[in-house]
Amino acid sequence: MDLAYTAEEQAFREEVRVFLDEKVSDELRAKARGEASLSKQDMEDWHATLNEKGWLAQNWPKKFGGAEWNAVQRHIFEEEAAMANAPRIIPFGLAMLAPVLQKFGSKEQQDHYLPRILSGEDWWCQGYSEPGAGSDLASLKTKAVRDGDHYVVNGQKTWTTLGQHANWIFCLVRTDSDVKQQEGISFLLIDMDTPGIEVRPIILLDGTHEVNEVFFDDVRVPVENLVGEENKGWTYAKYLLTHERTNIAGVGFSQAGLDTVKRMARAEMSGGRPLIENPHFMARVAQVEIDLMAMSTTNLRIVSQAAAGSAPGVEASMLKVKGTIIRQEINDLARRAAGPYAMPFASEAIEGDNDPIGPDYATAVSPHYFNNRKLSIFGGSNEIQRGIIAKVKMGG
Amino acid sequence: MDFQLTEERQMLQDTLRRFLSDRYTTTVRNEIIESDTGLSADIWSELAELGVIGALFSEDDGGFGGAGFDLTTVFEELGRAGVVEPILDTAILGGGLLVALGNDAQKALVEDIVGGGLHLAFAHGEPTSRYDLNRVETTAKQQGDQIVLNGRKAVVVNAEAAGQLIVSARESGAAGDESGISLFLVPADAAGVSMRGYPLLAGGRAAEIVLDEVKVGPDARLGAAGDAYPAILDVVARANVALSAEALGAMETATELTREYLMTRKQFGRPIGTFQALAHRFSDMLIELEQARSAVINAAGHLAEGATLRDRHIASTRNLIGRVGRLVAEESIQMHGGIAMTQEYELAHIAKRIVMTDHRFGDTDYHLERFIALSAA
Repeated sequence: MDLAYTAEEQAFREEVRVFLDEKVSDELRAKARGEASLSKQDMEDWHATLNEKGWLAQNWPKKFGGAEWNAVQRHIFEEEAAMANAPRIIPFGLAMLAPVLQKFGSKEQQDHYLPRILSGEDWWCQGYSEPGAGSDLASLKTKAVRDGDHYVVNGQKTWTTLGQHANWIFCLVRTDSDVKQQEGISFLLIDMDTPGIEVRPIILLDGTHEVNEVFFDDVRVPVENLVGEENKGWTYAKYLLTHERTNIAGVGFSQAGLDTVKRMARAEMSGGRPLIENPHFMARVAQVEIDLMAMSTTNLRIVSQAAAGSAPGVEASMLKVKGTIIRQEINDLARRAAGPYAMPFASEAIEGDNDPIGPDYATAVSPHYFNNRKLSIFGGSNEIQRGIIAKVKMGG
Repeated sequence: MDFQLTEERQMLQDTLRRFLSDRYTTTVRNEIIESDTGLSADIWSELAELGVIGALFSEDDGGFGGAGFDLTTVFEELGRAGVVEPILDTAILGGGLLVALGNDAQKALVEDIVGGGLHLAFAHGEPTSRYDLNRVETTAKQQGDQIVLNGRKAVVVNAEAAGQLIVSARESGAAGDESGISLFLVPADAAGVSMRGYPLLAGGRAAEIVLDEVKVGPDARLGAAGDAYPAILDVVARANVALSAEALGAMETATELTREYLMTRKQFGRPIGTFQALAHRFSDMLIELEQARSAVINAAGHLAEGATLRDRHIASTRNLIGRVGRLVAEESIQMHGGIAMTQEYELAHIAKRIVMTDHRFGDTDYHLERFIALSAA
């Protein structure tokens, strides 16, 4: 047992810190904290900045132009990036599609799509969930029927994150309805400019446009856009899920969030004293911090196993559940800390056209509190995660 | 012992519930939220016509109700429908302060409130006062035969629609003193009053107000100089009962929406409510909902008691409502999944109403501390 990072790891952390300090502007930090919204351009610029340094494709093998960081390095970067309020890396192309292409894609697909993900030429979104297929993803109904050199796709995807910016979508589609649900699914790459595709915004409860519905009406997709084999899509999707799960615990986000809560508690006054001296509020903060300290170590235990080559299994589900509970609790603390200034809905202030209504730190606390209810819903809801844990651990 | 509503209150409840379910649909309400004024003048006058505002005042004061259970009857229904119109601000707070402290001329405004013709706003909170009712730094200084107001007021709900503001200001003492606070009726368009209006997350609007050398006559003062604090406590007690009932009504709707969804949404070939993991959590919501209902009854039933007993009950109710409200809002969203995250779905607004209750007149922790202090006394 040794809780310390190695000298190399510490040097790496220092390098990351210096880089972030130089590259993340104050404006970008404020936006990433939620005091204003990140534009598509902001996100693309941040990708370009990382790509220039060779730090964009962190988990890709070197032969595909990646940094080939191990799990500890990725963890260090994620922690530092969250603490620095750097914009997050948009995962759809880089962390979700790319590992699938690298493992199951054809040489042509790898040569064509991977460089375009790095350069930012393509923005990918994910076509998984459907109105009737959420937690029960395998029941998806969007259909792809072979017609000569094409598949003809009909159906609807939903909760498509940042689909409004995307020019490509990777989809799970049903190619065989006569077999067990999981065995009739294929993995298709679809150009969003193809006739028959319509993207409609879904406005979330905090007023943001983050997710979309995507409709497919006789959309013709060339057969060479099939990844791997027909009807093997479920296998690829499951592989993708194991790779999606870096940073699943969101330790860095929680640490940054807790810092913000303490900053707020120092500034807010209650009964003539700073809120940070209020025992009831601070008991809540302490409780979360204690949970976070333990989870952070759980996370490192799993990260170092992964660095040694073992794939995270049920532990990832545990981290997802505990990590989201902690993040949501911190969102709740921030909302409480803001007092009456949690009530304004200052969309113009969030858009950056106006001064904040109360203290700057209060602007986004309530929208974030509500928006981050999604953390325990998406990417396999916490109920689904608990089901997985029970199933694996009880050996049922 | 009798836990039934009186016949009159039952009628009021039925009438209001029917009116709101006919007229105050999700679509209508969402349009109101998006509008520039954040409220519907039509709905407002119809509510007044139905007697909803009159029910909040006693007969002596020009209404036909005004007791704790009148407040809870009205506000539970408003909460069920997620009503954003500022009845709390105009009637309970504004009207309540006029009734408590006003002279005959000032009290005469109540008729206009009950008729739906006048809006008020209580400009009390300040940028650093948080939930402390005694922390008033805005000043009122006698200058010849006039009084000059200077200061800033924060998150003043309904300020833009209000014809008159009821402004708290300090005539003596230091911020945090209970004595020395006075209230003034200030026309919203008085020289020196400036407002920055904005929407609220759970609907309705509020404003930051700057008072810069605002001059009013001594007849603008409500009650005796420096003596307004006890009346502020009384009126805020009424507001807390109303807010608790409103949150209870919203929780009823959240629970009902969740029940419907659990029984209709199918995944893995069956309604998701048939999964025990969800069924048990739904049962917990129902258990806590009954706790909330009883807490609201406790608060309403003690509203006419002496301040210490009354406030201990109110603090306990607000603390419980805060805890249960968070549970119901969060569990309802979680058990719905993604659909509850969308702005146009009814639950999204209802959940915001529930959670944002925690930011008016003290949150769960504030009321816990108050309960402890009042229990020790």
